[in-house]
Amino acid sequence: MSTTLQPARPTMKKPVDYYRIYVWELPVRLYHGINAVAMILLCVTGYLIGEPHRVFYAAEAYQLYWFGIVRFIHFVSAFIWTFNFAFRIYWGFVGNRYASWRNYFPITKQQRHDIWNVLTTDVLQFRVKNDEIDIGHNSLAAFTYFITFLFFLAQVVTGFALYSSMSTSALPSMFNWIVPIMGGEAVVRFWHHLFMWFFVVFMIVHIYLAFYHDYIEGRGTISSIVGGWKFHREDDDNK
Amino acid sequence: MGLTIWQSMQQKGYSRRDFIQFCTAAATVAGLEHSAVGQVVNAFEKKEKPAVIWMHFQECTCCSESFIRASHPVVLDVLLDVLSLNYTETLMAASGAQAEKSLQDTIKNNKGKYIVLVEGAVPTKDDGVYCMIGGKTAESILQEVSKDAAAIIAWGSCASNGCIQAAKPNPTGATPIHKLVDKPVINVPGCPPIADVMMAVVTHILALGQMPQLDNQGRPKEFYGRRVHDTCYRRAYYDAGLFVEAWDDENARKGYCLYKMGCRGPVTYNACSVVKWNEGTSYPIQSGHGCIGCSEEGFWDNGPFYRHLPKFPGFGIESTADTIGTLVGIATVAGVAAHAVVTNVRKKSVIADVHTEDMKES
Repeated sequence: MSTTLQPARPTMKKPVDYYRIYVWELPVRLYHGINAVAMILLCVTGYLIGEPHRVFYAAEAYQLYWFGIVRFIHFVSAFIWTFNFAFRIYWGFVGNRYASWRNYFPITKQQRHDIWNVLTTDVLQFRVKNDEIDIGHNSLAAFTYFITFLFFLAQVVTGFALYSSMSTSALPSMFNWIVPIMGGEAVVRFWHHLFMWFFVVFMIVHIYLAFYHDYIEGRGTISSIVGGWKFHREDDDNK
Repeated sequence: MGLTIWQSMQQKGYSRRDFIQFCTAAATVAGLEHSAVGQVVNAFEKKEKPAVIWMHFQECTCCSESFIRASHPVVLDVLLDVLSLNYTETLMAASGAQAEKSLQDTIKNNKGKYIVLVEGAVPTKDDGVYCMIGGKTAESILQEVSKDAAAIIAWGSCASNGCIQAAKPNPTGATPIHKLVDKPVINVPGCPPIADVMMAVVTHILALGQMPQLDNQGRPKEFYGRRVHDTCYRRAYYDAGLFVEAWDDENARKGYCLYKMGCRGPVTYNACSVVKWNEGTSYPIQSGHGCIGCSEEGFWDNGPFYRHLPKFPGFGIESTADTIGTLVGIATVAGVAAHAVVTNVRKKSVIADVHTEDMKES
């Protein structure tokens, strides 16, 4: 026992044991990173395509291609984002228990109980202390991600439907039937643009809540998405 | 009746040379390659003059007005001669019982051979009382004439997608033709469609005796396969990001892209920027006004015309998806900020607990 390692202040309670868990595997972390970058690029360029801002004035068209570049970034990000998402679905079947597709649907009684728990202690804060902190996603977050996936799907379908008019490749062409069903490209474009705002709102709430959990629980929520490790209290397992 | 096109031209004193010229012009208008001229000549030599019935329902006759202004007068002249236009409410000399008889005779004598051209939508609400001709509803007339037709062409946006009659709230239940008949219909949308496109579609059917290739909305691919935007001469300004910001600004004078002024070119399938109007003189964008997308389904409901993004339903004309989205975004930021403050107050004890857990004897 070294004398230099005295506690800064006396411990009030019985000391607690934490152990380290490898929660987010590398593919999951890569998915998250690629998804985040692609989504930000898609939102920014998508907003600009819908509402182009004046960058140049009194120039000639043959000197510039900036709107073309904005659209190019949007389309490239969209392809990356789509295949990244497809990969994540695959990983939901082969990855570890925290990556499993089962997390995203409140199928078990335990998950529904957990949703109520998170709703009352973290979102609305009727209750102050959460005794059942989840290791992976909490069930409410996971269910929210499921809803996000539905918006992913809507954006993929409407986006490729719009893109199909400028492309002869196979993937976009698979979605051109959606245009007449939705009532023309103007309507598809409107919904595609509107759905973008869901992702803006999602990002605000998602980033805030990640910091919130890290701050309240002190278990490495933020660093876990970089390194994959989280910490869990040993006595939580007995509850 | 019973004459071929070549025979009827001979009767009118046209030479063989005139006939071949006409066939070449017809092939060109139909968008066929030069080697197909022989096919056209062959068809026009052997084929009987096709009987044509031109129906008018809920419409403004702008399609007819457009049609008679086709920019190839030779083709038009001969086509109007060539076609045996047996019934059309607007142009025919007959009226009353005689007109009805002409219609009945045409159907009876040309079973399975006549062409039906329909201008206008058909009201289906309240048993179709909102459009009646000779005591019969438009719907029953349509069923009668379409039953034995060789081909049905829906002229204009009314017949193709309902146009203004079908705009919300569509009080008469106006319905496009292809939803009412169980035969394939060629949709030639536009308000009105381009005269030369109308000519070309008719010519295609006459010359080749078959439907042109159609897209998934029943429109001939050769004219509706590309967006107005794709062949617009201002497209370079779009890619460069040079846009008109106001109708009277310097950019408008310079002829920059009208995207921000609500131009529907990027979402409209038509041949305006290639074929143009009034003998190839101009088209809306060339004249300085954005495309309003008149050949697209529901274009009346996707307004306002001078904004790129349609208005957000239920929030008044000034609100676009972006204004609503920005407000929701700001509200969300305010919400999480408030949540952060409440967390620090409510969860004081939890935060304190976390901080006292830090050291462990080992």
